[in-house]
Amino acid sequence: MHPLIKRILARLLSALLVLWLAASTAFVAIHALPGKIEDVLAGDLQYPGLREAISAQWGLDRSLAWQYGHFLERLAHGDLGSSYVMQQDVIQVLSSQIWPTVQLALSAGVLATVLALVVATLTAGRSRLSRRLASAVELILASTPVFWLGLLLLIAFSFQWRLFPVSGATGWKSLVLPAVTLALPLAGVLSQVTREALEQALEQAFVTTIRARGLGELALRLRHLLRHALLPVVTLGGWLIGSLLGGAVITEKMFGRPGVGSVTLNAVLSQDLPVVLAVVLLAALIHVVISTLLDVLYLFIDPRLNTP
Amino acid sequence: MTTSQPALPDSILSHDTQVPPADVRPARQRRRWPLGVILALLFLAVLAIGLVVPHWLTRYDPLLSDVSQTLQPPSLQHLFGTDRIGRDVLARVLYGARYSLLIGLASVIVSLVIGLVIGIAAGLGQRYLNEPAARVFDVLSAFPAVLLSLFVVTFLGQGIVNIAIGVGIAGIPKFGRIVRSRTLQVRRANYVTHAVTFGLSRWQVFLRHLLPNVLNAIPVIATIDIGTAIIAVSGLSFLGLGPQPPTPEWGVMLAESRDVLRVAWWPSVFPGLAITLTVISISVLGKYWQRNFEGRPQ
Repeated sequence: MHPLIKRILARLLSALLVLWLAASTAFVAIHALPGKIEDVLAGDLQYPGLREAISAQWGLDRSLAWQYGHFLERLAHGDLGSSYVMQQDVIQVLSSQIWPTVQLALSAGVLATVLALVVATLTAGRSRLSRRLASAVELILASTPVFWLGLLLLIAFSFQWRLFPVSGATGWKSLVLPAVTLALPLAGVLSQVTREALEQALEQAFVTTIRARGLGELALRLRHLLRHALLPVVTLGGWLIGSLLGGAVITEKMFGRPGVGSVTLNAVLSQDLPVVLAVVLLAALIHVVISTLLDVLYLFIDPRLNTP
Repeated sequence: MTTSQPALPDSILSHDTQVPPADVRPARQRRRWPLGVILALLFLAVLAIGLVVPHWLTRYDPLLSDVSQTLQPPSLQHLFGTDRIGRDVLARVLYGARYSLLIGLASVIVSLVIGLVIGIAAGLGQRYLNEPAARVFDVLSAFPAVLLSLFVVTFLGQGIVNIAIGVGIAGIPKFGRIVRSRTLQVRRANYVTHAVTFGLSRWQVFLRHLLPNVLNAIPVIATIDIGTAIIAVSGLSFLGLGPQPPTPEWGVMLAESRDVLRVAWWPSVFPGLAITLTVISISVLGKYWQRNFEGRPQ
C-alpha cells in the first residue's frame, strides 16, 4: 500500500479511537454523579412517582451497560438526544445556530492566520528594532484576554466613533468587531511561533544559495520561506480550532450574537447536560477531523516527511 | 595570534590557585536583568502587596458604595475612577488580585498534580499503562480548553473552587505529556542505570534520581502556564460561572462594566489592564527563566 494512504488510514483509526474515548469519558462523567440527571429534569417539582417516571422515560432505570450501548448506538446514528430544558432535539437546536458561529470562527481564523503570516514574513530576521517591536506587540496581543479586547474595541469603534454596531448579527458590519476580537490574541500566538520557525529557516544553507542566485529578499520570503512559515500554523491547527470554538462562547456573549456559543453558555447555566455534551462532542469531532486533514496537508507542505 | 601571544599569568598555570580563570568573572558580573524583567518584577511586587495587604495601597473599601460618587472619571481622589454604584475601581482592582491570582494558581496546581501522577505512571509503567495514558491526553486535548472547563463546571456547578477545577482539568494534558516524555527520557539515562547497578532500591532510585530530574523542568512551564490559567479563570468569571458580584474579581468587574460601557470607559479598562499586565509579566519572567535555565548545563 502507498505509504501516504497507510498514514491517512492510521490517522483515521486513531481519530476514531479518540472520539470513542471522548464519548465514553462523557458517559462516565454523566453517570459518575448519581441521581443528578433526574434532579435536573425534575427541577423544583416534587411529587411521588415523578422521578421514577422521568427515569423510565429517559431510560435511566436500565442497567448501565444497556445505557452505554444505547448511548453509543444513538451517537453512531448522529442522534445526540434532546435538550432537558428546551424539550427539543439537540441536533435541531445546534444546526439552527451553527451558521453564525461558523461565520465568526472562519473569519477570525482566516484573519488571525493571514495577520500572523504577514507580520512574521515581513519581520523575521530583519533589524533588531523591528524584531523587538514585533515580538512586543505579539506578546501583548497573546496576553490580552478576548473579553477585554472586545470591550476596548466596543468603546473605541462602537461608542466613540460609531463605526460598527454594538451587538446583533445582521450584515457584515456586525461581524467585524467580534471577528477582530477573536482573531487578535490568536494572531499574537501564531505570529510568535511562525517567526521563530522562519528565523530558523533563514539560517539554513539553501537561503544563502538562493540569495547568491540574486533573488530579491521579498521574493525569497514569499516563494521559498512561506512554506516553512506554514508548518507551525498547520501544527497549531488543532489548537487554533479549539481556541476559536472556545473563544466563540465568550465573543458571542459579549457582542450579543446568536450561535452555538450562546446556546452552550445558556445550557451550562441551566445544567442542560445533553446540549453541553453534544457541543463538547461536536467540538471534539471537528477537532479530530480538521487535525486529520491538516496532518495530510502537512505531508504536501513538507515533502521531507514523505521520504522514508 | 601566533606573533604576539601574551604571556599567561602565573595564577592560571599554577595548580594551587583559588582564582578562577580571568574571563569567567566579568561575564557573570555583566549579566544584567533586562528592562522587561525588572518592570515585570516591579508590577508583580505591587500585585503581591495587593494580594496580601491591599489596604496599604488604597484607603477605600472595595465593597462600599458611595452614591454621591457614582461613575466619577479618574481623578486624584479616585485614581481609577468609580463604578456604577460609586465604588473605587482602584480598590477593587487591588483587592481583586487575590481572587484572580489564587484561583489561577489553584487551577495550575490541579493540572500539575494530576498531570504529574498520570505522566509518571505512564512513563514508568509498561506498555499497557503508557499507551492508554497517551490516549487520555489525546482525548483531553481534543476538547477545546474553554469547552472542557465549561463541561466540568456544568457538572460540578458554579463557584470559585469549581472553575479552578474546571480550568485545571483542561490543563492536564500539557503537563502530563511533558512529564511522561521526561520520565521516559530519564529512566533510560545512564545515571539511573548506575544507581540501579549500585543496588539502590526502587524507591531510592525513584525519589533521589528520577523524581528530581523529571521535576526540574516543571517550575518554568508551570509559571508560564499561570498566565494562561488566569485568563481562562477570569473568562469563566466574566461569563458569570465563578465568583458572583459584588466580589471584586477582575472578570466579574469586566462583566459588570458592560452595562456602563456607553458612558464610562474606566470601569472596564483598568481591571482588564490588570489581567493583561499580570499575564505579560508572568510570561516575561517565565521566558527569561526558561532561557537561563536551558542555558545552564544540567
